[in-house]
Amino acid sequence: MVANTAEAEDLTQEAFLQLYRKIGTFSGDSAFSTWLHRMAINVVLMHLRKKGLPVSSLDEAMEPAADERPGRGFSAPDLNLAGSIDRLVLERAIATLPAGYRLIFILHDIKGYEHNEIASMLDCSLGNSKSQLHKARLKLRDALRAYPRQEDRR
Amino acid sequence: MTEEPDNLSCAAFQAQLPELIGSGVPLVFHPHIQSCECCRALLADLETIAEAARNLFPIEEPPDKLWKQIEAAIKSQKNCSDPC
Repeated sequence: MVANTAEAEDLTQEAFLQLYRKIGTFSGDSAFSTWLHRMAINVVLMHLRKKGLPVSSLDEAMEPAADERPGRGFSAPDLNLAGSIDRLVLERAIATLPAGYRLIFILHDIKGYEHNEIASMLDCSLGNSKSQLHKARLKLRDALRAYPRQEDRR
Repeated sequence: MTEEPDNLSCAAFQAQLPELIGSGVPLVFHPHIQSCECCRALLADLETIAEAARNLFPIEEPPDKLWKQIEAAIKSQKNCSDPC
């Protein structure tokens, strides 16, 4: 989520400290792993907000502002990704995703969680998980299609 | 009246895409994909992105020193909260 090892380690530590402080509030309504995941995700989102990114809650992260949503997919097929994507370019594009899209994309497409697991973790519907992942991929497609044109302008 | 799949507009088809993709059923033989170059290109791009993502960011185990730091931080918290 933060694309930086030192930051990720700091956030891991903060998540465990939160666990130590809040373990008494775990009511057993959900699986412990789900509760822990959600708490860790909130630690990350709080960190992103402190860094100046417009994220104040998981719910807000799940529905980015209108100008951060992907374009319509049925524009003319003027450029196809042609079966190969430069790793560095993709990593940069993922880093520019709105936090909620990035979260679902990482959980599903990189970490390999299923939609039902993500829905439990983020306390959202199955349909919402599928929809957010689709929007994340569309947004990445927009970014990757724009990339060669940005390079051309240099 | 039910709309036949191959009569779908691109907008209608793409509105169904999150569910269709999420179902895990291969879409290559879907009537709309077979007849629409634009949506075929879109689907190919989305599959390319998902495939590329699977090869990113190998899962890293946190280093041993991090667990020691966490242990020390929790002990420090515990000491702060214990009555003197």
